[in-house]
Amino acid sequence: MIQSVDPGVRRDDKPNMTASIRFFTFAAPSRFYALAGALIPWLWGLTLALAAAGLYIGFFVAPTDATQGDAYRIIFIHVPAAWMSMLLYLVMAGWAALGWAFNTRLASMVARAIAPTGALFTFIALWTGSFWGKPTWGTWWVWDARLTSELILLFLYLGFIALVEAIDDQRRADHAGALLAVIGAVNIPIIYFSVRWWNTLHQGATISTTAAPKMASTMLTAMLLMTFAFWAYSFAVVFTRARAVVLEREKHTEWALDQCQGVSRARSAP
Amino acid sequence: MTWNSASEFFAMGGYGLYVWGSYLVTLVVMLIEPWLARQRYGRARSEVVSASKQEN
Repeated sequence: MIQSVDPGVRRDDKPNMTASIRFFTFAAPSRFYALAGALIPWLWGLTLALAAAGLYIGFFVAPTDATQGDAYRIIFIHVPAAWMSMLLYLVMAGWAALGWAFNTRLASMVARAIAPTGALFTFIALWTGSFWGKPTWGTWWVWDARLTSELILLFLYLGFIALVEAIDDQRRADHAGALLAVIGAVNIPIIYFSVRWWNTLHQGATISTTAAPKMASTMLTAMLLMTFAFWAYSFAVVFTRARAVVLEREKHTEWALDQCQGVSRARSAP
Repeated sequence: MTWNSASEFFAMGGYGLYVWGSYLVTLVVMLIEPWLARQRYGRARSEVVSASKQEN
């Protein structure tokens, strides 16, 4: 029923005082730490394999676009990055809200670990969009609904990071961050539907569930492979950062010390 | 095959600056981010060890 040995217990605590707190045993940071550590090498392998396949098809199999020439090849990173920027925000806000509602520390730690990666993909979406806009629209930037709402997304990520880092009390920081993340989630449907709700320079959705694909199947294949590569990348880098966050917060626990001393002892062995 | 030569590939039909400007920056930031995360992880590990030394 209740774990007799709680790996998250502080060395100076009495074990039976804290054991009853964690009824989400699967959410124990120590278990997550081990599982994520085992998955990270595989995720990096997957990232490289998917990206290699996607880039090969994108550059050597997919034909030159009839209207946009070869400038369209930016799509293979632009659209996956834009998707990831929105998806990661929803995942971040979801974990932050869970951490707030159910007081699960790990959920809040994962939310913190996601934020920089989400900001990175938002930056990539904006940067590649700018480099695509210049040859096709004749301008690097325009204050239209899609671009502006995506820029707001970048500020939401940066605001979340700044807020949780600025508050010293970690649980208070988690709660404040969750509030910001949940309110900011309103921006996601605005980004997604902006090309339909407003007149905009930005073209409509690339993939639609109601219409037949407008692009050649090789282009679509390359774009989807790059999307999966970005997924695997996100898992790998978020897990790496989440493991760091877990250790930072659990540095006074027995299990964390065991983890960290195990390796240093093995390294110093002759 | 779309390209007849390496120079044609790098020219990207005249859009080389835009295509490679996008891909290069994406590659660079996607190398820096995992490196930073890994640095932070290494720092966290050594903090755990030094925290235990302070307590004992």
